[in-house]
Amino acid sequence: MSLVQLKQISKNYQMGELSVQALKDIELEISEQSFVSFVGPSGSGKTTLLNLIGCLDKPSSGNVFVNGTLVNNFSNKTAAQFRGEHLGFIFQNFNLLPVLTAYENVEYPLIMVQNIPGAERKERIMHYLDAVGIADQKDKFPSQLSGGQKQRVAVARALVTDPKLVLADEPTANLDHASAFKIIELMRQMQRDFKTTFIFSTHDPKIVKEAEIIYTLEDGKIMDKEIVAA
Amino acid sequence: MKNIFKIAIRNLLRYKRRTLMTSLLIVIGIVLVIVFSGVSVSFKSMMIGSITDSMLGHLQIHKKGYVSSIDNLPLHLNINEKGIKQLDKILEKHGDAIEAYSYRIKFGAMLSNFQETTNIRLTAVEPQMENAACPQLVKRIKGDIQDVNKFIEQGKIILPENIAKGLKLKGGDEVVLVANNKDGSVNGLSLKVSNIIEGIMGPSGRDGFVHIDDAKILLRIHGNEINEVSIRLKNPGHLDRTNNLLTDELSQFTNKQDKPAFELHTWADLSPFSPIAAIVDLLIITVKMVLIAIVLISILNVMMMSVYERVSEIGAISAIGTLPSKILWLFMAEGFSLGVISTIVGNVIGVLTLFLINLAEFHFSFSRMKNIQLETSISPSDLISVSLIVIIIAVISSLQPALKASKMQPVDALRHV
Repeated sequence: MSLVQLKQISKNYQMGELSVQALKDIELEISEQSFVSFVGPSGSGKTTLLNLIGCLDKPSSGNVFVNGTLVNNFSNKTAAQFRGEHLGFIFQNFNLLPVLTAYENVEYPLIMVQNIPGAERKERIMHYLDAVGIADQKDKFPSQLSGGQKQRVAVARALVTDPKLVLADEPTANLDHASAFKIIELMRQMQRDFKTTFIFSTHDPKIVKEAEIIYTLEDGKIMDKEIVAA
Repeated sequence: MKNIFKIAIRNLLRYKRRTLMTSLLIVIGIVLVIVFSGVSVSFKSMMIGSITDSMLGHLQIHKKGYVSSIDNLPLHLNINEKGIKQLDKILEKHGDAIEAYSYRIKFGAMLSNFQETTNIRLTAVEPQMENAACPQLVKRIKGDIQDVNKFIEQGKIILPENIAKGLKLKGGDEVVLVANNKDGSVNGLSLKVSNIIEGIMGPSGRDGFVHIDDAKILLRIHGNEINEVSIRLKNPGHLDRTNNLLTDELSQFTNKQDKPAFELHTWADLSPFSPIAAIVDLLIITVKMVLIAIVLISILNVMMMSVYERVSEIGAISAIGTLPSKILWLFMAEGFSLGVISTIVGNVIGVLTLFLINLAEFHFSFSRMKNIQLETSISPSDLISVSLIVIIIAVISSLQPALKASKMQPVDALRHV
């Protein structure tokens, strides 16, 4: 069964009097437990596509199904609830809360989104902090961590709610090459260990090779789908 | 909720200098309100106390229509023996609220030192009753008073300072009072000056005191008759309550025209100081309005900056599933916390400042009152009202920025650099 289904998706942005078509008639299906990458130059529509799958934006036409649910017409509140239950996010700029420690950042969605009780919460946080190899840095604030460490915390935060799907928009863009590879390797490992589906966007050709399925986008259209041999 | 406040407090501490400056502004505002209220309310209470305790009492009862013609000091509006008995019964019945009361006859007369003559307003009193109802009155009397309950004796007169000065009279001098009684006939009475009394506000007063029995002789009043009852309350704070209570009680007595026989007035109805007291209250309200403006503008400003600076952060927490209502609470909690912390600090500094003012024993003069010590105080209810104003305004002023944050679309917020 497909975890993500996009049917005839188009997205237009109004920029003053000019209408820009960011996505054109996208048809896409992503199955569970896959490790997918969207690749393409800036402005090709990678982020827009991720935003639509992540219920952060609505298509101009077409339907988006995530986990079998049509998500196009969600209200802000319903969309937030759906994201909190089913999705995890990793951002290019890490977007950790600077006033919370690594531990508290991972704890945040469990308290503020899922209301997980204390004992279970602690166990899950330590499990994921351990899994991403940052447990020894748990009491440090984001300002005391390197870029790679911050992104590891972000990966743990994305996974701690046990989402079906993790969306990562350019997760390695602000990292050096070595750290970037480590993060992609970590995401791959998490996908295998926790059976989570990962979709990430990148324009780095070396990074993209780590994906199982690569969708190449250009001018808002999917130009190519490549299945990389394991 | 605990976690919302934890994040709110940490966000406030994140911008230490800005939070400190905003908090300082609010603290200064609160301290100003507390000190101003403490000083002005104390000053007002002292002035009111001086008026009620040495002249008017807290409440006064007259025959209906007396106050509207009080400048003429009419004798035909006297309360007769039957009326006095009715009043006695009511006033004794409310002994839990009334500390004391005094019967007075107020009248106008001509005063002569056998060379010159002038007009004078006289209050005839029974000294023990008067001293109980207006205990500060004797403090205005110059010279020694052996027994405060006998500050005016029969055959004696206490003269106001300016009349005594004008007629060159001093203690022991003999004077003659000439007055019309209510039938229009004239009578005279020879009295000795016992003491001189100072006016409350200055030397312009023309009010003297005689014993009530002398007034009855001079005015040819047979039996018991008065035209004013001055009432002192046990708790001046219960003035309105007692006023309503007595108004109800007095309404049962009607005159021949079936209209109320008596009228009841508070000190504020009778004193020219009451508009000044109202101005003091108005000034306190004005200072509170300034405080509201300070809190409103400073917290609104700091919260708007806070939202603007954290747009991408708002986008991130919204993306990971934080409900708009929780984002609203996160920002409201920041404003609320800033208000509460500033209120606590402001209250502590404000009360401490009042304590230091009292400790320093500042003295000042007001009109005839010299060397008055400034004794400031503020009631817990005033502190609570100032605190509530600040906290409520802090919450209100953070509402708009918090709503803005909660309504942000995550996709737009995440795009923000």
